[in-house]
Amino acid sequence: MDRLNVTRSKPSVLRAGQPGRDWRTVRLLDVTRPNGPITDRPLARLTSRLRRGDVLVLNDAATLPASVHGRSEEGPVELRLLGPVGEDDFGARWRAVVMGAGDWRTPTELRPAPVLSAGARLQLGFGLHADVRSRDGRLALLDFDRDGDALARALYAVGRPVQYSHLHHPLRLQDVQTPYASRPWASEMPSTGHPLRWPLLRALQERGVQLAWLTHAAGLSATGDPELDRSLPLPERYEIPEETARLVADAERVIAAGTTVVRALESAAIAPRTLQAGRGVATLRLDTDFALAVTDGILTGVHSPGESHWDLLQAFAPASLLNRAHQVAVERRYRAHEFGDLMLLL
Amino acid sequence: MTRIDEHTRALITGGSRGLGRALSLALARKGATVVAVARGQGDLQQLEAEGGGRIHALVADVGSDDASALAARAIALAGGPFDLLVHDASTLGPVPMPPLSELSDDALLRVFQVNTLGPQRLTRALLGPMRTLGRGTIVGISSDAAVEAYPTWGAYGASKAALDHLHRVLRAELEGSGIRVFAIDPGEMDTAMHAAALPDADRTQLADPAEIARRILDTLQAGTEDLRWTA
Repeated sequence: MDRLNVTRSKPSVLRAGQPGRDWRTVRLLDVTRPNGPITDRPLARLTSRLRRGDVLVLNDAATLPASVHGRSEEGPVELRLLGPVGEDDFGARWRAVVMGAGDWRTPTELRPAPVLSAGARLQLGFGLHADVRSRDGRLALLDFDRDGDALARALYAVGRPVQYSHLHHPLRLQDVQTPYASRPWASEMPSTGHPLRWPLLRALQERGVQLAWLTHAAGLSATGDPELDRSLPLPERYEIPEETARLVADAERVIAAGTTVVRALESAAIAPRTLQAGRGVATLRLDTDFALAVTDGILTGVHSPGESHWDLLQAFAPASLLNRAHQVAVERRYRAHEFGDLMLLL
Repeated sequence: MTRIDEHTRALITGGSRGLGRALSLALARKGATVVAVARGQGDLQQLEAEGGGRIHALVADVGSDDASALAARAIALAGGPFDLLVHDASTLGPVPMPPLSELSDDALLRVFQVNTLGPQRLTRALLGPMRTLGRGTIVGISSDAAVEAYPTWGAYGASKAALDHLHRVLRAELEGSGIRVFAIDPGEMDTAMHAAALPDADRTQLADPAEIARRILDTLQAGTEDLRWTA
């Protein structure tokens, strides 16, 4: 996910990976909790670190075409859709972050808020329009003029995935899908999954590693409003199948593929290794003091000190180890962000 | 074998008419959740009304629509990944069908888009989610025109032969994955497509699509291993 709002104020020496990269070139920074060692491997060698009894939990949310440009009588607006209100994947009422003039080449934090009043009607193309029901700073509640597959069809016609100004080219929807993307719930790609191609997942299964699935509506990584950004991640919906709860209960070690999976698992934990299956809303904020009830390890992107995900990683390892890992990542020229390399903390 | 019950999610392209419609209704009767894909909204709405809440209509053109968008819309309608995917949507191209010497590039390309390339794109988009289930069935509706050389059936037959071979390779690639792949020749049925191709045919000699749909589902449930079979 996009962490520009923080990487700008504290320049990272980790360069961004670009889409279209061959997954076999992706690196894995293998960090053993709690004191190391730290080893630089090809991602394909993840098979040497996981074993029978391990359960790797993955987020199967597909990424929505969440960026929709349009205009009201007051001027241009970009919607970044957070998700529907209610149970239906394409109900008519949605929460969104709104931005004013500009496009994806402008860093999010430099995008102005739009002029947009409650009651305004947005024309979004394809005959689609939405009425602004209420507005609170960058957050808006919208009523589209249709729902169900008619809304989905229109959104897929006019929307694009949320774009990142650190990339060389605009992203297409297929660029931001993981190899197992299912229900379209994510506002931005749950990016740890992007290089987890099926040949690798099959190799893990052949070693006796169990794959378990959940769906978590990965949210926006930046809103353009520093105050709102500090409150990220916003509450995000998730669903945990019974099968996943059962696999976790029987696991020797539970490894989460991505921060969204940690958030869903720990939100659904009712006791050590015990998950409440079904739907829920994750409101947890994980940091140094958080006692993990379910998760033993995390596979994640390469993050830098000061980023919002850095706090979450401190639930897994002390800052001293994370700092050493970051130093190795910089020395080995690891790539960061959505199409970057991965780190295993286990 | 293919399990068909109230936990099954099936996607049927060409779902509004002929065999696709019959398969959609037969699956819904067995309790499955069905997403029926077709270009025409009217026929689909009619089917949805007959589906007792188990059939969801998805208006799309498999020959031209973006497959990952189509897959996401379909999965949202069904509430999760599909464990049965039937590529039934087909076009004959221009009718009456011209001999190859008269067939335009545009017409040939459109036949391959609908009958071969669209199904391949949709399979690719739905295969990852299907793999999360650790099981699944992918069916290409084929034709004896994929095997025999009937004059004027060149575009249709070649597109179906190509689809069959894609499925032959896909089956080899998915060995051990729990996902089964089939190419099914339904034989001659009393459908609008058959009437367009052979308007003078004796309809009493043609099979009822509902009967063929029942036989296809029975054979899938019985657990056949053959790649290509005739219903």
